[in-house]
Amino acid sequence: MTKEERLKKRHRAEKRFRFYGLTSIFVALLFVVILVQNIFSKGSSAFKKTVITTEIFFDQELLEIQNGASQEEIMGADFYDIMIENLIKAYPAKDRDEEDELLKLFSGDAEIEIKKAFLNDNSLIGKTITLDLTASDDIDQLHKGNYPRDLPEERRRISDFQLVIYDYFVENKMISKNFNNYFFNNGDSRDPELAGIGGALVGSFYSILICLLLAFPVAVLASIYLEEFAPKNKITDFIEININNLAAVPSIVYGLLALQILLATIQLPRSTPLVAGITLALMTLPRIIIPCRASLKAVPPSIREGALAVGASKFQSVFHHVVPLALPGTLSGTIIGLAQALGETAPLILIGMVAFVVDIPSSPVDPSSSLPVQVYLWSESAERGFVEKTSATIMMLLSFLIVMNFIAVYLRQKFEKRWN
Amino acid sequence: MNIVLIFLITIFSVSLFFYGKSKTKTISIKDNIKLNALPKFYGYYLVLWCSIPALVFLLVWSLFEPVIIKSIIIETAANQGAILSDKNEANLIYEKIKAIHLGTYFGDIDSILRESAIAYAKFINLFTNSKVVLIFGIIIASVIYSLKKIKNNNKARDDVEVILKGLLFVSSLIAILTTLGIIFSLLFESIKFFSVINIFDYLFGTNWSPQRAFVRDASSITAAEFEELKDAFGFIPLIAGTSFIAFIAMLVAVPIGLFSGIYMAEYASVKVRRISKPIIEILAGIPTVVYGFFAALTVGPFFRQVVENLGLTVSSESALAAGLIMGIMIIPYVSSLSDDVINSVPQSLRDGSYAVGATKSETIKQVVIPAALPGIIGSVLLAISRAIGETMIVVMAAGLAANLTINPLESTTTITTQIVMILVGDQEFDSPKTQSAFALGLTLFIATLILNYIAQRAVKKYREKYD
Repeated sequence: MTKEERLKKRHRAEKRFRFYGLTSIFVALLFVVILVQNIFSKGSSAFKKTVITTEIFFDQELLEIQNGASQEEIMGADFYDIMIENLIKAYPAKDRDEEDELLKLFSGDAEIEIKKAFLNDNSLIGKTITLDLTASDDIDQLHKGNYPRDLPEERRRISDFQLVIYDYFVENKMISKNFNNYFFNNGDSRDPELAGIGGALVGSFYSILICLLLAFPVAVLASIYLEEFAPKNKITDFIEININNLAAVPSIVYGLLALQILLATIQLPRSTPLVAGITLALMTLPRIIIPCRASLKAVPPSIREGALAVGASKFQSVFHHVVPLALPGTLSGTIIGLAQALGETAPLILIGMVAFVVDIPSSPVDPSSSLPVQVYLWSESAERGFVEKTSATIMMLLSFLIVMNFIAVYLRQKFEKRWN
Repeated sequence: MNIVLIFLITIFSVSLFFYGKSKTKTISIKDNIKLNALPKFYGYYLVLWCSIPALVFLLVWSLFEPVIIKSIIIETAANQGAILSDKNEANLIYEKIKAIHLGTYFGDIDSILRESAIAYAKFINLFTNSKVVLIFGIIIASVIYSLKKIKNNNKARDDVEVILKGLLFVSSLIAILTTLGIIFSLLFESIKFFSVINIFDYLFGTNWSPQRAFVRDASSITAAEFEELKDAFGFIPLIAGTSFIAFIAMLVAVPIGLFSGIYMAEYASVKVRRISKPIIEILAGIPTVVYGFFAALTVGPFFRQVVENLGLTVSSESALAAGLIMGIMIIPYVSSLSDDVINSVPQSLRDGSYAVGATKSETIKQVVIPAALPGIIGSVLLAISRAIGETMIVVMAAGLAANLTINPLESTTTITTQIVMILVGDQEFDSPKTQSAFALGLTLFIATLILNYIAQRAVKKYREKYD
């Protein structure tokens, strides 16, 4: 091999090496794009729901209440007959079986939706209104194009006759898509068309709030102690080793801790944001302490010495001068820690947040779910409608994380002082 | 109640602050004493004394009150003739009594329940009243004490700082408490587990099927049940499955992560670096449940489709899908750490290599990477510990049956999956099945601890070498 050939070979190797590096980065970026694209394409349709525009006639004979009935009377009244009588008029069905199939195209909440319309205006008896009633999950998926119609009938959840009704609805422009308020307001449900993340959102909010209230002050105080006051001795070293190890302990171990200590020993209520918040706080604490200490360390000693020189005590120099300067870094570290806690699932499953909770929690000691656990729960469900709901929940979760991370980056870049 | 108490304590503290501040001011002016601290420190001193003892007491009380009341009530119910053969029944009765007290119980109420509910109401009342009385007692005592201290002492600032320093120290102790809590809670149940199951049967058994361990009470098992139990908890399939999935994840994460790290440290321009580094780190910020969903719903079925087209049948839950997605998740851990490590290799080493005519890639391969090797190994070890502790991806995509297999298309199970599967939903304590989850947790904890320790030592040693 001549010198030139060898040089060429070496240069080729150089180019190849560089190509590998570039490819790796490209592959990693590609994964991000595929993941995000996949979730968005599946989830964006969940923000709309399919509604069937139906005429509702409030027949006095079918209701026990009068015009001008009070709220309690309406809530207690039975609207079932009104619902049946009106819904079967949506399509000219021939017999009982056909009517049953027709009724199945509406959601399980049709009666409540009619009742709500009456609650808004209690003088409707004897009048006819047009109402957008939520369609059942099968029709919803069909209308959004997520459901193949060309399967043989026995493998479809929708019968041939229901397809005929659907086509009739489409032809008469009775079917349309509205903003899906249920997705944001409702709690969990067995019916995909009624299931929402309202309960999970509130549950996550309480959990993260408790996590913040517990973890932030303790983390800041602990890092101030370790960085500014701690003598160099064995106890301090031991604390440091502990913090570093805790930051790397798998999150599921914190779930076991919570199960044994918080639920079995102290007997806090299961499945609640309170327990979730404490668990997440324990888990997040070391992850906040590490950036807090880094930002305290970044404040140059001259600041401390200056304060001490004009007669401040050690405490005054730290709390009046060092901590305010370290605050942006501290806050951004905390927000990133909270963002991780928001996406954490495994420990919450162990403390029972997988329970099926329909009600939206009104306090941190009510059973509830949380956003990531809701993703897990729905992804285990067989119904097709839950796929888009799960993806949409992930979209919500990711957008919260993006916002939190942006705030963290903004705080750091805007307020943090560069010392050199 | 607690909220009202906390509110009252706050109000007391705030008013004491202003009282202390103005009082010392007037005294110092009237008697012409030169104070050693600013008047507000006397205020702070009073606030700390007024609030901390009371709040600590309130916290401790709230932790123990439910437990104590529960044991008292269960005892009274038992005295009245309620049949409480085991813990679950006692818990059920207690929940019923509580529900009756709150007015949310709609079942039949017999005389035992009614009497117990009355007793419960009585005890709740008693406890609440004594709590309030004790808290006010504590507040008054500590305020009197601190007022007296202030009179004879004018170094309030020093005292305040000593108390605050104590508070700071206690905060930093929480890390130790958490570790102790983890070790205690894992050991406590694990010891019970290993008193039933021989530790060697656990460590070297090749069959994992905890659902066979249906015996409720571990203390009263027959010989036949014991035989059944003995080989239901074999750890080998789990560690095999865990390592197998972690291995697949490493096959993805190490080359991609390492090459990205190298490229970013050595080749990329500042601009490329500034854009691509945060985007790759997005991968680390995505919640793992999202990866699990992606693996279970998109990647798994995709692999099944591909393999079915080749004429084989597979389940859609496979080690391959879980491992691949886990690998993607871990890429940024490898790439960021190796990027840092490579960046801290001194420039002089590179310059020396260029000076003797090496190309850039030769320098990297033969000088930079060997120099950075301990750090790179450390980052890979950290990534492995992350992979074996990862839960959601494997729970959603890897399967539940404990197969001993090396076929990546078959479903395998991992330590974390089994912990979740055993503990999800209602579980009765004191059953070997539940306890086995804690034994698994302990194993996992020890394994990750060792890996992390070695990795941190490696990275630290390496840093010291070039600092």
